[in-house]
Amino acid sequence: MSRNDVLVTVDWVQENLARPGIVFVEVDEDASAYDGGHIEGAVKLDWKQDLQDPLRRDYLDKSAFEALLSSRGIGNDDTVVLYGGNNNWFAAYAYWYFKIYGHRDVKLMDGGRKKWELDGRPLSKDAHPRPATQYVASEPDLSIRAFRDEVVAAIGSKNLVDVRSPDEFSGKILAPAHLPQEQSQRAGHIPTAINIPWSKAANEDGTFKSDEQLAGLYGEQGFDDSLETIAYCRIGERSSHTWFVLSELLGKKNVKNYDGSWVEYGSLVGVPIEK
Amino acid sequence: MCGAPQQGGALAGIDLSTQTVIQGSVWHDGAPVAGAYVRLLDGTDEFTAEVVTSPEGEFRFFAAPGTWKVRSLAAVGKGERVIDAEVGLNETTVVIE
Repeated sequence: MSRNDVLVTVDWVQENLARPGIVFVEVDEDASAYDGGHIEGAVKLDWKQDLQDPLRRDYLDKSAFEALLSSRGIGNDDTVVLYGGNNNWFAAYAYWYFKIYGHRDVKLMDGGRKKWELDGRPLSKDAHPRPATQYVASEPDLSIRAFRDEVVAAIGSKNLVDVRSPDEFSGKILAPAHLPQEQSQRAGHIPTAINIPWSKAANEDGTFKSDEQLAGLYGEQGFDDSLETIAYCRIGERSSHTWFVLSELLGKKNVKNYDGSWVEYGSLVGVPIEK
Repeated sequence: MCGAPQQGGALAGIDLSTQTVIQGSVWHDGAPVAGAYVRLLDGTDEFTAEVVTSPEGEFRFFAAPGTWKVRSLAAVGKGERVIDAEVGLNETTVVIE
């Protein structure tokens, strides 16, 4: 696995828009972004409406994921290229999700929507329904997903990487500052976690920093290569971005994303918290 | 994140006795800039949030009292503004030269 296997540039996307066997998928938190204009031919996935279980707090089960991808016309053999807003946070979450269900060839467009827009590249408002497929997912690969008990047990023994902003880590604020600061959970972070904000891995235009810069970043911040790793944020999307960096770009082993993240951990009764 | 809030618009439903709202608009060449990326940086210049301006060029953040930097990145260029925010409504304009 190397950068070229998992990342494509905006230039590459523009040159390969009409190529058969590739499905471009926009994944957004703000689903109206797609409706206002998207990359020609791209399929839309709404992070909340499409990718979350409508009742329980969880992602879709296997059969629901199969039904979703089949209805969007995504086949098992397609190359899926994901991109989205928020510096690709939700596209990275979808990448991790596609990997959980064993999709063979999935990539991120480096820089996401932001880079595409800042470059002034064309956007289309046309809908592009694709013929339905019969998608078959694998059983979930839980080697890349961490659950709460494992996180509590990891205190002091694994790399716990808190990728939220320093003010969320310290408990000054409870959510990224584009959201109202009214949350029920306690503020702070998991003891022994190191704070390496996701944003340190990205350039201002949303593209990832170079492999050399990334390797240096985690080394400097106390990341121990001999330990297993769990990344977390507030709801698991920014930590998917960091999971992508650690696991897919830097090739580190035994990295998990804790998608329960602070919304779950900060609500647990009796667990230790630091501020 | 559950639905990125629409930028700009009324303050109805926002409790200004507890929230520290930083809002304003991005301007360039005498006109508001729609679709500009605006990020909020903390006192150490670290990223805290980012939004995209409304058709009227507006942005809004929910922060905490303290000093913040608002930086805008758009196809037409960059601009930034430092703001000392308090609980309640804090308004600013970012001009891209």
